[in-house]
Parts: sequence; structure tokens; C-alpha cells
Amino acid sequence: MTDRTVAVLAGGLSHEREVSLRSGRRLAGALRGAGLDVREWDADASLIERLRTDRPDAAVVALHGGEGENGSIQAVLELLDIPFVGTSARASRRAWDKPTAKAEFARAGLSTPDWVALPHTTFRELGAQAMLDAMVERLGLPLMVKPDQGGSALGARVVRASAGVPGAMVSGRANPDTVRAERGGGGTEVAVSVVDDGPAGPRALPPVEVDVPGGVYDYTARYTQGAATFHCPARLPEETLTLLQETALQTHRLLGLRDLSRMDAVVDAEGRVQILEVNVSPGLTDTSLLPTAVTTAGMDLGELFAALVERAVERG
Amino acid sequence: MSIPPYRQPDVPVSAAAAAAAAAPVTPPTERFATRTSGMIASEIRALFAVASRPEVVSLAGGMPNLAALPLESLSVEVADLVARDGQVALQYGSAQGVPRLREQICEVMREEGIEADPNDVVVTVGSQMALDLITRIFCDPDDVILAEGPSYVGALGSFAAYQARVVHVAMDDHGLVPELLEEALRSLAARGVTPKFLYTIPNFHNPAGVTMAVERRQRVLDLCAEYGVGVVEDNPYGLLGFTGKVYPALRSLDRDVVYLGSFSKTFASGLRVGWALVPPAVRDRLVLAAESATLCPPSFTQMLVSRYLENHDWRAQIKTFTEAYRERRDAMISALETHLPEGCSWTVPDGGFYVWLTVPEGVDSKAMLPRAVTARVAYASGTGFYADGLGSRQLRLSYCYPTPERITEGVRRLAGVLEAELDVMTTFGIRGRADSPALQGGPQAPSPDTA
Repeated sequence: MTDRTVAVLAGGLSHEREVSLRSGRRLAGALRGAGLDVREWDADASLIERLRTDRPDAAVVALHGGEGENGSIQAVLELLDIPFVGTSARASRRAWDKPTAKAEFARAGLSTPDWVALPHTTFRELGAQAMLDAMVERLGLPLMVKPDQGGSALGARVVRASAGVPGAMVSGRANPDTVRAERGGGGTEVAVSVVDDGPAGPRALPPVEVDVPGGVYDYTARYTQGAATFHCPARLPEETLTLLQETALQTHRLLGLRDLSRMDAVVDAEGRVQILEVNVSPGLTDTSLLPTAVTTAGMDLGELFAALVERAVERG
Repeated sequence: MSIPPYRQPDVPVSAAAAAAAAAPVTPPTERFATRTSGMIASEIRALFAVASRPEVVSLAGGMPNLAALPLESLSVEVADLVARDGQVALQYGSAQGVPRLREQICEVMREEGIEADPNDVVVTVGSQMALDLITRIFCDPDDVILAEGPSYVGALGSFAAYQARVVHVAMDDHGLVPELLEEALRSLAARGVTPKFLYTIPNFHNPAGVTMAVERRQRVLDLCAEYGVGVVEDNPYGLLGFTGKVYPALRSLDRDVVYLGSFSKTFASGLRVGWALVPPAVRDRLVLAAESATLCPPSFTQMLVSRYLENHDWRAQIKTFTEAYRERRDAMISALETHLPEGCSWTVPDGGFYVWLTVPEGVDSKAMLPRAVTARVAYASGTGFYADGLGSRQLRLSYCYPTPERITEGVRRLAGVLEAELDVMTTFGIRGRADSPALQGGPQAPSPDTA
């Protein structure tokens, strides 16, 4: 038991507010179960004042999307000298910008689906149809079209025929206006969580396989109990599981991530790992992937985060 | 740059998990009934969580504006209720509802020309429960219900829960179009289908904002009688007209109409007191259905409503409410006229809470919602108000809750989002061409607690 005070930051104004509130509630309960003195705060206009006057020993960022993942909240916490669980502001920013992160993976020899990310203005100025034709020619079909930033599959669309590309470019975009089109290939969807809660350094938890009857792991599949089936460890050969864990550790290290992260990937028919993205603030809801892996590893979510809080405090 | 592979430290897989490795982690949910297949997580619903933050102007929800309620005198009323009548108010009551309140409900309905016997009134937990019970006692799976297109999202939810099929009948600025109703009835009859009932919101329609013309009302009733189809009249907004005019209820023209009423908009939605006025032949079955659902509606809230009607000038209170709503309606219409791009059209309600907006062809209001929320304005996309996938070019704007200033700002933001949408559509050459919706599944409209 400890008398540590910890602020769980959840909510915010991103489209993932609802998911974040669920993550925050679950995490707060788990931390209380581990004996910590927990307060739950929204990321609103009162946050800075609360952080300054209450000065918790540490904060845990359970904000998803937007300010929770792009380094903004982390920068605020760094500014106020409040230790926090999770990746630094700078590294968060780098992981958030998906094309930058994907370029890092490619440079390090890791596979990630081929992609194109372009702002709306480029299409307007250079001629949309010619650009779209070139994109489809280069990436092939099906294509995944998604907003360039963000998570929870919000706004993501699968396009199976060329005729559907313009429509997807209109409805798949977010603000800012950059859309990313990515080669969509079949394979086994997996998520590998990395935690760094002890002296041995970061370790990857058992990979979780996501099996969706409709084949698309969209918002409904993610947050409807039973819509997607998780298998943990994933139903893959032992050497593929090891490869997945090693790849997750590489991405964690490569992007300079801290404490915890989750790599989403696809394993293709040949057993190759294609990295989709890496999250610095993984979901912690009942239907989220990191808690599933934590349970399979025989760990307790509250104790894990209590250990991460302790490390954050030590780090200062 | 190349990073050497990391050695994975041993991470134990718990014995239980290893043993269950072949088994899925997520519990099987195949035991759920088929009729719950639409009760799933919704991306749209998740967006409304953002809309509840003060930074966002929400034109999405249907929460009444209760600012004008006399809370001080109500608190005295509540205290007195407990002190004097606590033994009754805190006890079970009759499944049909408190007798004195049923008499008073008849007085309220008299405002709309209805002559009713309190014995034919069944008090329910909001009129939503009445809607659920009426569907329960009338509809088997695959039965057909006629409803205006668009229609109230909560009704469509109840109909779906009982696996009824909805056939929409279009409206114009004067409500349900009798010729289209006749066409639908004839075409269904040709296929041997008799709809169980017509579900209609004749006054200040949710979401369409229109009112059924008085001269159409008898025609609608005659058509339904001719084809042997019942009529369910849902009238929560009937007394909230801005011109002082109260339209005659369908029930005032035909005693066989099932009438649903509510105190949610004329008094307090949190008390959850509504009612159904039904023909005697329906009443006993409805009461038994109500008993199996809730045993009885809450005595406490019924008695509070009864005291309010007894001791307060409820007609003056409704006038205060409608004045506030009229001011907000004016702000919205004026902002729409000032800010919206060409190609948009909207209804101008003379009562109730809602404006129904049609955006330029090709704009998908559901796919646009995330961008609107990013721009700090929210609305309810049109598809939620249809059971058949229509409505992607429409959206519902509520003016009931925000201040006039916020409404103006919200519409200004919405106009900016629409302009940007049209700009991008032009770039990609899809202006004027409908696109399939990006966001699917689950509830498409805000939850009741979304302002």
C-alpha cells in the first residue's frame, strides 16, 4: 500500500472522449484497488489550476486522440514539473504523426504498409483525379483511407474499388485536412503491448489477436462487447509470436517511447509483420487490447500502473 | 538506421490463460436475442460525448430548457408531499396510475379538444414507455408500422426492439401527405399487408419541425379506417405552439385513436411522467402489459405532477416556456438565413424544438459530423430518423437548449463546416453525387441526457 496521490486525466475534446472516459474510469478503479489515492480530472480549462494547486505525485494520461497523444498534455505536465506515466511530449508528437513514424519504421528495416499522405490542398492544386489514379496504381486495392492522425478507427474506411476512392477521400478526412491512404492487405490483426515496469527494461506482453466476423475492426467492432473476439496469445506459430514481441519492442525503442505502448500490426500469409501504427496512450476499456494482454500475462492492471506511477515519481 | 532485434525478456503467460489459449478471451455473446442486434456501440453516439462539453455548441440533443421552472415553490411542494402524503407517495400504486392525476390529464387534453374518461388513461414512465407498450401489445415480428419519414428516433428504436418493419410516408411543409399515405396503404394492401398502425406526430414534428395541416387530419383518419389500420398519435409538443394556436388532436376527431402525451416538455422531463389515452378495448391489455414492465409507475413523481397541476399556474408556465423557445427558434432561423451556403433548405417550425435542414446534394451529414464536432458544433444526422437508410442529406437542429447567442454561433460554425465540405467535394469531383455513409452501426442520435 502507498499513500501516493495520482491524477488520472481522461475525457478531453477529441472524438475519442467517450473511449477515454471509459479508460479513465477503469484505470482509476484499478489504481484505487492497488491502494493509490486517485483523482479523475477532465482535460478542460480547470486542469492547469488543479494540477498547480493539488500537485499530485504523478499523473496518468488516459486521454486518447488529440491532446492526449500528440504531446500537448505531456508538454503541459513537463512544464508544471508533474511526473507522469507515459511517453515524453517530444516522442509523443513523433509517434502521433503517422507518416513520420512509418518513415522511421521503414528506415529501420521494419515493414509497414505502403502509404501516401497528402493534404487536401495538394489534390486541389494538382488535380484530384490524376493524383488518385497514381495512388491506386502505386498502392493497389483494397485501400485503407483514414485521417492522418487519431485512433479508435474513427473515420477509417476500406475502399475495394477505384470508384469508391473519391468518396472515401471526402468522408475519411479530419481536421487538419490530411488524408492517408494505405495499402490494405489481408492477414491476422494483432496488437502487442509493451510495458516497462521493472529493472529488466521494456518487455512485450503476449500478442492479442483480433478476430472480427465482418473483417473490419471498426468502432462498433472495437467497443461492442462480443463483436470482436480476442485470442491471447494470438493463434500464430511460436516464432511469429516472438517476432511480433521483438518488433513491438523495436518500435517502442525506435520512437523513444516510455512506460507503455501498443503496436498494432497485421501478420500476412507468409508470416511477415506489417506495422500499422504505434499508440502511446493505449485504450484501457473493458474491450481494449492492453488490459487483455495484461490479464493473460497473469498481471493486475492496477498493480502494473501502480508500478509505472512509482517509476514516474522516481524519474521526477 | 538499423536497430538490432531486442531480446524479449520472459513474460509469463498465466497458466489459466495458456490453458485457454485456444479459447477466445471475449465472452461469447451469441445468447443475445436477435432483436438486440442493433444495440451496439456507435461511433456517432461517441461523438455526442464531445458535444456535451461547453466548448461545443450542441444543436443535437432534445433536452428541454428548464431554466424557467419555479424551483423554490417546487421544493416546498416536494417537502409537503413527503410530510403529508409520504405513506402513499412512497408506496406501490396502481398499474394504471394515480386516479387524481388521470383526471387532471383529461383536463390537460381538453386544451386540444379531447373529451376523455380518466378510466381510459394509463400513466406511464414517460410517453416513451407508452410507445414501447403499445408496440408490445400490437406488434409481432415482421408486422408493418407506417410512420412519417423522417420519424422520432425513440419510436424507431421501440419498433426495432419488437422486430416490426417500418414503412415511411413522406411529409411536406404541411405534414404527412394524404395522397402518399393512400399510395402506401394501397401498395401494401396489394401485397396482402395490413399495417398494424400509423405512428404520427402531427404537431411540431420531431425531427421535421412541421405540423399536419388541420384539413388533412380527417382525411388521414378516414384513410386509416378504410384500410383497417390503427392510429397512434404522439403529441409531446402540442401545447408548445408559438402563435398561441392549439391544433385539434387527431384523438379529438376519432375516439379510436391511441393518444400519447407527456409532461416532459410542458413541465419536467426528469420526472418521467407520460400517458396513453386508449379506447376501452385496448385499456385492460395495456394495463397488464404495464404491470409486467414496471408493476406501477412511480407514485412519488405522479403525485408531484398532480400537485403542480393543482397548485401552480401550469398554463402560464407553458407560455413562459414557449416564449423562450420562440426566441431561440427566431435566432436559429435568422442565423440559417444569414450564414448557410446556397443549396440548403430548412423547415420553419411554429412550435416545438426542431428545425429539419436539407444540405446540398452529395453532402453526407453523417460522415460530416466528426468534422463538425472538430469545429465545435454538433447536430443529429438525418439517417437516425429513418428506418430505411434515407436521410443522409438531412440533419436535425435543436434550438431548445442553447441560448440564442450560442445558437447563432453554432449555425455560423456549421456553415463553415458545410463550406469546407463543399470545397473538398468539388476537388474530388463528387459534388452532387451521393456517397455511401462512412459511419455505420448503433444509435445514430444523442442519448436523452445530451443537451
